Amino acid sequence: MKLTGAQIILETLIQQGVTTIFGYPGGATLPTYDALFDYQDRIHHVLVRHEENAALAADAYFRATGKVGVCMVTSGPGATNLVTGLANAMMDSSAMVAITGQVPSHLVGTDAFQETDVTGVTLPVTKHNYLVMDVNELAQVLAEAFYIAKSGRPGPVLVDICKDVQQKMAEYTPITSVQMRGYRAIKPQGRQDMPYLLNRAKDLIDSAHKPIILAGQGIKHGKAHDEFREFVEKSGIPVATTLLGIGVLSEEHPLNLRMMGMHGEAYVNQAIAAADLIIALGMRFDDRVTGNLKTYAKNARVIHVDIDAAEIGKIVPAEVGIVGSVKDVLRDLTPMVEARKHPAWLEQIDEWRSDTKARDLMSVELPENMLLAPQVMRAIWEATQGECTVCTDVGQHQMWETQYFQHTRKNQLLTSGGLGTMGFALPAAIGAKFGRPEDEVWAIVGDGGFQMSLPELATIVQEGLNIKIAVINNNFLGMVRQWQELMHNRRYSAVGMLTPDFVKVAQAYDICGMRATNLKEAREIIRQAREHNGPVLMEFVVEKETNVFPMIQPGKSLDEMTRRPIQPAALGGGFDFMKEKS
Amino acid sequence: MLIDRIEAQQNPTKHTLVALVENKPGVLNRVASLMRRRNFNIDSLAVGTTEDPAVSRMTIVIDASRTSAAMVERNLYKLVNVIDVQDVTNLPTVVRELALIKVRVNDATHRGEIKQIADMFQSRVVDVALDSCMIEVTGEEQKVDSIIKVLEAYGIVEVVRTGRIAMTRG
Repeated sequence: MKLTGAQIILETLIQQGVTTIFGYPGGATLPTYDALFDYQDRIHHVLVRHEENAALAADAYFRATGKVGVCMVTSGPGATNLVTGLANAMMDSSAMVAITGQVPSHLVGTDAFQETDVTGVTLPVTKHNYLVMDVNELAQVLAEAFYIAKSGRPGPVLVDICKDVQQKMAEYTPITSVQMRGYRAIKPQGRQDMPYLLNRAKDLIDSAHKPIILAGQGIKHGKAHDEFREFVEKSGIPVATTLLGIGVLSEEHPLNLRMMGMHGEAYVNQAIAAADLIIALGMRFDDRVTGNLKTYAKNARVIHVDIDAAEIGKIVPAEVGIVGSVKDVLRDLTPMVEARKHPAWLEQIDEWRSDTKARDLMSVELPENMLLAPQVMRAIWEATQGECTVCTDVGQHQMWETQYFQHTRKNQLLTSGGLGTMGFALPAAIGAKFGRPEDEVWAIVGDGGFQMSLPELATIVQEGLNIKIAVINNNFLGMVRQWQELMHNRRYSAVGMLTPDFVKVAQAYDICGMRATNLKEAREIIRQAREHNGPVLMEFVVEKETNVFPMIQPGKSLDEMTRRPIQPAALGGGFDFMKEKS
Repeated sequence: MLIDRIEAQQNPTKHTLVALVENKPGVLNRVASLMRRRNFNIDSLAVGTTEDPAVSRMTIVIDASRTSAAMVERNLYKLVNVIDVQDVTNLPTVVRELALIKVRVNDATHRGEIKQIADMFQSRVVDVALDSCMIEVTGEEQKVDSIIKVLEAYGIVEVVRTGRIAMTRG
């Protein structure tokens, strides 16, 4: 049948199972938005307030559902505003298709109104991108875009479509299979064949005395949760997760040591530093995970499994590098390894763990009129019992959430890892709520990040989304302030922040707004917020100069963490947040 | 023979990758962008058509002392328009480069000497002017380096080199 390019775009979305798209219209997408008018019953368009948030919401939609997130914006500034969202999806391997309008094909290259070289600009931050100047190629390109986005290591694909292509007619038949000459989702293993590698991995695992598993997001993307748990339980090997790997195994599981890296608990990093075998599954040895590479896990032999061949050996040389999906590899490997327990090794880790509680902020007796951000995280966890989806922003609150919220459900934490995109939480909560409409969805965000995407409150109201927003307000860009305190002699340069009255802001958007300044109030407004059937904005006014500990400072090794001192008898002297203000 | 000795010298730090890529607009940009973004150092990059009009062939030379050839290969492979990549460094391969060298001629007797040098390097004089002549030479890089070095004594006006191209034997 003959359709316009705009109709072909929308038919392809329907064929791909897309029901929700996030976008912002403009001149170069007018024909597609016109066609969308007739598709409203099948495709729900969420009008965001800034294009970046369309990309971040689509990214979070993928993280929440495993289905490709879709965003659509116009040419020029619309498309350039997407760049941060694309980079975020690229770094965290989120499957996304971004559709951008482009000036009519006869004007491409003339510096026409709202023209930008979008394929050029987005080349390094997309898995692949296309410029479509011929309507006869459109259906094929869109089918390829979805295939590339979701296969192998997922990532964002951008399709830039000239305005006249959206208007012209072409014969359309749904494309059911994609054959591409160059693209293979997973690089074939090469000379070293799989049975050989699996046998070597088995030998290393069976002979290890201090093995540790580093579990990353690849397990999540590959939906390998069950295979992973079986492998962990049979091999008896303790697990440390990356930030994005949180949720691949319940944090109540006795073998889950929880998050590693810069702000992981000290015993987790000590275990990695002392390990004689590292089994890295679907993770990429980010610098926030390794600390100083020269001293990183120097006694460990390394097995590295990743779907992306270019990750193996990129940072840490692997003795056994296996290219493949974690699911397939573990399905073969688990039956091969010996069932073991590692009592001496686990006992050693427990010994390292023993002073954790004593150093914990939760063990500190606080004055009644004071609220610490970590207490808010714990209070949200206690109230929800972990039965919710949490979207965090970037910075101190993000790290405290990982420390004080016990993640027991699969993929319940959605956060910006590799790129560290401030402003992620609010649009992410919007994307997550569309992906998981039945779920209780929380956006936990600092006062800095919240002000980056605050206009999306209007989107939340317009869409009638029941999202609970917890703004952690310390009037600082807290993580930058922490670094300035610890590494720049407390010279606070451009980190103090005036914030508006967030309760009034909420009221202006017709959102229920509440404020807490101590723990009792915090618990109370969390309770009320959960009972309220609709969006709620909670402002938690917290102590301003609390630091996130433990911390591996830049250039330091895993076992050189800066730790919170064991609790002093009374508050005062030596406690970081009670320091004299200069 | 001089030439044989030069050709026998293989610089072990130089890796040669052969990439077959789709002949589409922007593919060279994607490859170049990858090299820049990953901070890969390349010595040369030669692109041309092949027996299949839909496929172009790139020969990429990497200084492996600064850049891991395996990482370049794996990252190239991830580009959607790259059909195949092979590191041919350790395979039996014919490797060639073509250079045009314009040499200054101040004295008529020089022209004869330059012709002799060209002959010794199995290369040709392809253009003669009053005050210069141009030599076309093909061979491995070391051979091209050598003739340039010898001709420097006469004064080189300009040089253009294609960069390495390679094809496995058999």
